[in-house]
Amino acid sequence: MSIEFIYPEFEVIRNENRCISCRVCEQQCANEVHSYDEKHKIMTCDDSKCVNCQRCVSFCPTRALKIVKSDCTLRENANWSAQTVKEIYKQANSGGVLLSSMGNPKPLPVYWDKILINASQVTNPSIDPLREPMETRVFLGKKPSKIQRTKDGALDCKLPPQLELSMPVMFSAMSYGSISYNAHKSLALAATELGILYNTGEGGLHEDFYCYGENTVVQVASGRFGVHADYLKAGAAIEIKIGQGAKPGIGGHLPGTKIVGDISRTRMIPEGSDAISPAPHHDIYSIEDLRQLVFSLKEATEYKKPVIVKVAAVHNIAAIASGIARSGADIIAIDGFRGGTGAAPTRIRDHVGIPIELALAAVDQRLRDEGIRGNVSLVVGGSIRNAADAVKAVALGADACYVATAALLALGCHLCSTCQSGKCNWGIATQRPELVKRLNPEVGSKRLIHLMTAWKHEIKEFMGGMGINSIEALRGNRLMLRGIGLTEKELEILGISHAGE
Amino acid sequence: MQIIDAANLDYRAVNEALRGTGSDYLIEGCLGQRFIAAGMSDKNLTINGIPGNALGAYLNNANITVNANAQDAVGDTMNEGKILIHGNVGDTAGYGMRGGKIFVQGNAGYRAGIHMKAYKEKIPVMIIGGHAGSFLGEYQAGGVIIILGLHKDSKPIVGNFPCTGMHGGKVFLRGTCEDIHFPKQVTARHADTKELEEIRKYLAEYCSDFGYSADELLSEPFTVITPDSKNPYKQMYIAN
Repeated sequence: MSIEFIYPEFEVIRNENRCISCRVCEQQCANEVHSYDEKHKIMTCDDSKCVNCQRCVSFCPTRALKIVKSDCTLRENANWSAQTVKEIYKQANSGGVLLSSMGNPKPLPVYWDKILINASQVTNPSIDPLREPMETRVFLGKKPSKIQRTKDGALDCKLPPQLELSMPVMFSAMSYGSISYNAHKSLALAATELGILYNTGEGGLHEDFYCYGENTVVQVASGRFGVHADYLKAGAAIEIKIGQGAKPGIGGHLPGTKIVGDISRTRMIPEGSDAISPAPHHDIYSIEDLRQLVFSLKEATEYKKPVIVKVAAVHNIAAIASGIARSGADIIAIDGFRGGTGAAPTRIRDHVGIPIELALAAVDQRLRDEGIRGNVSLVVGGSIRNAADAVKAVALGADACYVATAALLALGCHLCSTCQSGKCNWGIATQRPELVKRLNPEVGSKRLIHLMTAWKHEIKEFMGGMGINSIEALRGNRLMLRGIGLTEKELEILGISHAGE
Repeated sequence: MQIIDAANLDYRAVNEALRGTGSDYLIEGCLGQRFIAAGMSDKNLTINGIPGNALGAYLNNANITVNANAQDAVGDTMNEGKILIHGNVGDTAGYGMRGGKIFVQGNAGYRAGIHMKAYKEKIPVMIIGGHAGSFLGEYQAGGVIIILGLHKDSKPIVGNFPCTGMHGGKVFLRGTCEDIHFPKQVTARHADTKELEEIRKYLAEYCSDFGYSADELLSEPFTVITPDSKNPYKQMYIAN
């Protein structure tokens, strides 16, 4: 061992009494943790390669395995945590920028957990969603501010293009490249069956998935990967990606090792070449420039598709959203600082951006104050973990939510947060054919449908409890929320009262 | 040939007229209307007057000839077809271009050919007759950019920071370019015979469009700029 040694984070504990040396763990682990010692006829392991993805644990036929966090500790203290110290060792060893995956793991406030939902008692009857109709459909897009009549006095029913969702949830952007073909197919199948939408991310749309276009949001980002007229026309909506909650202000970078076969063709860059999305759109330096991209997309698709502008939640988000609402965009998507990613510099992921709860409340209020809330629909993401988060988001002012991490968990992700390695044992964040085939899109989509169906039931239960039978009546209804353990400033920004008030 | 009088039409009306059944159109009196022919296929369009920003954005196999200058974002994310400009173009011409040709007789503004791509035989080509502004070929991932420097004025053939972040494709500059500073991750050298042969067919087409002689153009040396690595940022990260 040497000065460069870092003790493994996890230890593989094998119950020798149960282990039958079937070598399933060895076959299942792309990180090559497990191996078979022919001489001694036993399984051995290299803990240092383990990322605790639980694949071997899940597939061990005799439940002989468990992974535990190592109790070999550094002499840490309140200032110098083991994580902080290890990061310094890694950088001193390599000179590299720390690269992480999935969302911000830091113990920063989760405001959803400090917000409580109301229910009716005595003075306002609650509704039983099992016996009475409950409307969870939402329509995303510009809403007219007044009734228009045609010359002959009839109602003018022409609306700007709208997206119809069966419930206020969509699968958010994950590119083909960062996740696998089978993961994309699972999302596409589930979105179609559920009557919601999934999102291509900035990797183009594989030709096999054009048939799910009505349930697809196609993304246009700074690298313009896979963007062409047919792609734009294939989707139900077009999303301009300005920023992402996990890495606001910086671009994307899919390493050349993941640019293989279909990924290369779909993105239209040569195999092995890095896919670099610049930090800014170099033709957008102002709201006026954004307006130009919005309208070039509308012209190219003959005004048939709503245009979404996705931004990360940052300090001046309310003013930025106000600008976007005037840019001609139909929908604003805001991604909070806990949003996931296939790869982002650790420091950026953990320290840049603001919580989605505060951003959403600030934006909704600002747009209302300015009388332009109807110009746009609001979609929020950045760690919507369950139906309660979704209901709270709607009550804070969102029209719908974007979920990605929860969807990946449904597909088998165990949040080992090493997507950047491309060795995802669950067949999600990988392009290695032998790993991709581990995720069966039929099974995957069924699990996503289960998850969303369950959420929909829960959303209806919440609504019924509040005596609300239409999700539209919950949107921005902050009287249904109370804060717990929040400061006056936090309550002011969230626009809610404290519990007991 | 159908004629669209653009004098009193906004961009939406111009494009609606262009989406008609015909294939050959002439726009007269163009006055800065944006997004002309965005995403269109199978049209031959001539423009008299000056088209506005994002001319031929997402162009999907149409031909556009402009008998004057054009503005910013010509051929943004263009897929197939050809845009011929008998004048100058503004900034970000050919942003994210993935196929087709943009031939400009005059000069180009900043960030021409930014993030151009290529895939197999589908290679976008941009030729600028005069000079190009700063950040030429920034983030270039594929395709061919040729700057001819034909119109001698006091300006250098390219502005500052050419080929920054380039990781694919080729940039050709006519001349020896000794006084031009390139970033570290690209190589600039004299184009060899094989490379000149590669661009001869593009130059021949350009010359027949604008009335120059390809042999004459090729009689001067060309500098070719290529990236050193397809993975310019590979060493920067450590898994955490």
